[in-house]
Amino acid sequence: MTDNKINSYSRRKFFKVTTVAGGGLVLGFSWLASCKNPEKPEEKLVMPEEWVEMSAFIKIGDNGVVTIASPNPEIGQNVKTSMPMIVAEELGVDWKNVVVEQAGLNSDAFARQVAGGSQSIREGWVSLREAGAKVRTMLVMAAAAAWETEPENCTVENGFVYGPNDQKLGFGELASEAAKLEIPAKVDLKSKEEYTIIGKPKGNVDMDKIITGKPLFGIDTKREGMQYACVMRPPAFGNKLSSFNDEKARKVTGVNDVFQFGDKIAVIASNTWAAMKGKKLLEAEYSEGSTLESTNFHNEELTKLLDQEDVEAMRNDGDVKTAFAEADEVLTRVYESPFLPHNCMEPMNFYADVREDEVELYGPIQTPSWTRSRVSKLLERPEEEINVGMSRMGGGFGRRLYGDFCEEAAEISHLAKTPIQLVFTREDDMMAGTYRPAIKYKIEASIKDGSITGYQLSEAAVNSNMYGLIPNFFPAGAIPNLRVSGKNYQSNITTGAWRAPYTNFLAFAEQSFFDELAEKMGKDEVELRLELLENAKVLAESDERIQYSPGRMQECIKLVTDKANWGNAAEGVYQGISAYYSHNTHVAEIAEVVMENGAPKVAKVYCAVDCGIVINPEGAINQIEGGIIDGVGHAMFGNLEFDNGKPSSSNFDTYRLIRNSEAPDVEVYFVESNEDPTGLGEPSLPPAGGAVANAIYKATGKRMYKQPFVQHEEILG
Amino acid sequence: MPQYSIHVNGQDRQVNVDEDTPLLWVLRDNLNLVGTKYGCGIAQCGACTVHIDGQAMRSCVLPISSVNGKVTTIEGLSENGDHPMQEAWKEHDVPQCGYCQSGQIMTAAALINQNANPSDDEIKQAMHGNICRCGTYLRIRKAVKTASKKG
Repeated sequence: MTDNKINSYSRRKFFKVTTVAGGGLVLGFSWLASCKNPEKPEEKLVMPEEWVEMSAFIKIGDNGVVTIASPNPEIGQNVKTSMPMIVAEELGVDWKNVVVEQAGLNSDAFARQVAGGSQSIREGWVSLREAGAKVRTMLVMAAAAAWETEPENCTVENGFVYGPNDQKLGFGELASEAAKLEIPAKVDLKSKEEYTIIGKPKGNVDMDKIITGKPLFGIDTKREGMQYACVMRPPAFGNKLSSFNDEKARKVTGVNDVFQFGDKIAVIASNTWAAMKGKKLLEAEYSEGSTLESTNFHNEELTKLLDQEDVEAMRNDGDVKTAFAEADEVLTRVYESPFLPHNCMEPMNFYADVREDEVELYGPIQTPSWTRSRVSKLLERPEEEINVGMSRMGGGFGRRLYGDFCEEAAEISHLAKTPIQLVFTREDDMMAGTYRPAIKYKIEASIKDGSITGYQLSEAAVNSNMYGLIPNFFPAGAIPNLRVSGKNYQSNITTGAWRAPYTNFLAFAEQSFFDELAEKMGKDEVELRLELLENAKVLAESDERIQYSPGRMQECIKLVTDKANWGNAAEGVYQGISAYYSHNTHVAEIAEVVMENGAPKVAKVYCAVDCGIVINPEGAINQIEGGIIDGVGHAMFGNLEFDNGKPSSSNFDTYRLIRNSEAPDVEVYFVESNEDPTGLGEPSLPPAGGAVANAIYKATGKRMYKQPFVQHEEILG
Repeated sequence: MPQYSIHVNGQDRQVNVDEDTPLLWVLRDNLNLVGTKYGCGIAQCGACTVHIDGQAMRSCVLPISSVNGKVTTIEGLSENGDHPMQEAWKEHDVPQCGYCQSGQIMTAAALINQNANPSDDEIKQAMHGNICRCGTYLRIRKAVKTASKKG
């Protein structure tokens, strides 16, 4: 049982809300209106005059309004709505009386304040429910004491505790007495059948602010005395700064300071435009500090690595060599992917105020705790002196896992001795990235007597290889002789996690390969997948390294083939299937491609998902639709090359992201489940590329081996 | 530094800025209207979309010296956040990260100003210039459709 660490009641306190004027602060909360019922007039929530802090998660107002802190960073995965929903469910409060606030970094009170790996809901599932249940238990105990009865005789509904003799007390009336009690170590949790909030669609809690343009994002930060900073970084990976001339930059109205730090130059100005303009006017000379790498060079290096033998296996079942030697047939294919920038719509930025007494950091960061420790080392200041606040983020996709821009902001503030807001231009954002690395996979399989006897996957990647768990994804367990290995080339180009790390490309490669195998074997692609999953059931029982559930994946495939009417598509509609497990969630997708002006166009994607209990159906569907569109878009168009260390694109005029008119329709279905919930920020993305590639093959007879597909000019124009 | 007078959200505002300063940064840094977003700076992503005399314009490439006409930003689209497009955005729970959405709403609102009942294709084409990395395009299409029916 996870204890939330803020158990000592001495830390709980009463406090007066000083902002409340005579009539009370009245806020309109648009999310109160059910998102399917816009006709319903907005209800107004009156803020209380006094709050009682029950725990780090929960404050209860004297009028029964409850504030729930959302512990994890919000990057658009909608945890700021779904995590408090889970707390509210167990607390027993009416959702319309809930105010959500973003918690700051507080490692004593909250576990894992990270946005990444689609883990917030899965890892928070127990602690969030317990946080709500503990406070509910205290409120019940306080009511029972007042009525001189036992807690077992009391019930809780919509913010009230009910006693055995028609008694009724609101949370607001009970809070101050309840707060004097010890927080219970052990509490009972509701069963799924009792849920009134979980499983019901709830609108985004920041909706009103988003649609009226209120300050929400890091880039919107304004603080007293704050200046703006832009940084000129070396234009190519491998460049070293030799010299620079800042004469023109300093003449820009509003530019107050220019200085070098490392190989970078900071321009400090009183407004963003002046900082950007000043940066543009800097004249700098660079020398070659390390190798200036190009895409052709990477291709050659990765191909060499793919062909290298005797690479240590990440997983090695049976004897692949013998299986291949005895096979009727061996199929070998190579799949290639480029680097990808993240392209969060909000460019990287961060606020830093490095003072003698403390350091304040605020902005969009997926890993506040890691950032605090990095800044602590950089500035040689104890972590206790560093506060990190989290703003809503204009996208993350893995880029904001890396706090390089927070460190830059802290260093600039430290050197300039002023609070600053560091802002990346779009060009900075795309050219100083932490890219999804270029990867190649060679996949080989042996067929004997109508079944797949051996499977070998070799990976060659820039900088890093598959995470430890991925070798234990499908088809591990499904094929008796299986070997997975990886090698990497160490580059000076910075690389890192990108939405659904590794599987964002691996799933395409494998799911394309299985389609080709099915064709070779004369089998229906769905049948082959279901058969392999059936084989995997035996080993999945005994091998605890196996991460996916063959049975749950089969259910997803059956559901999606049923909904898409697999095998019976209308004339001129070509279907391709792909099924992939990642980030603890099982997903199957069927893409439909139609020919338009002689080129294939993705018209629709059907999707079946098993993510266990669905917390917020509306938000869940939104995540799945977005992941599919993002996955289709990057498989079709995403491409970043390097020429002598310099990225090939610097802005959206030359870098193609999927646009509205290119987005396929999406239909989402959930497998009914009582299993614990898993996350949805990533898992619908990996299968998308494979589903599209397999549908394009049906439409054109051409297999896609290389992303982006738009490079196959002969079919895509 | 020259002084410019612009009409924003129903008010005349005076600002002292260099003549090449884009309207986007005047709004964000001088007038504290941060709902208009910086995305690319070259009129390619639509995050900075505002209305000038009802027309959707990219404020990131519009020097303050060339701004004539009445500017409306997301903050001034409606008094109580209840423009039909904003209502439709709520109804379809459109945003994920939310960053591009004020630009999307401004483009969509300008569309229905000019074409009260756009077809599905007209909606897709009108929204083509606004990028959403989260991929909320389907909800955007539905919301525009809903708002146009009500408008």
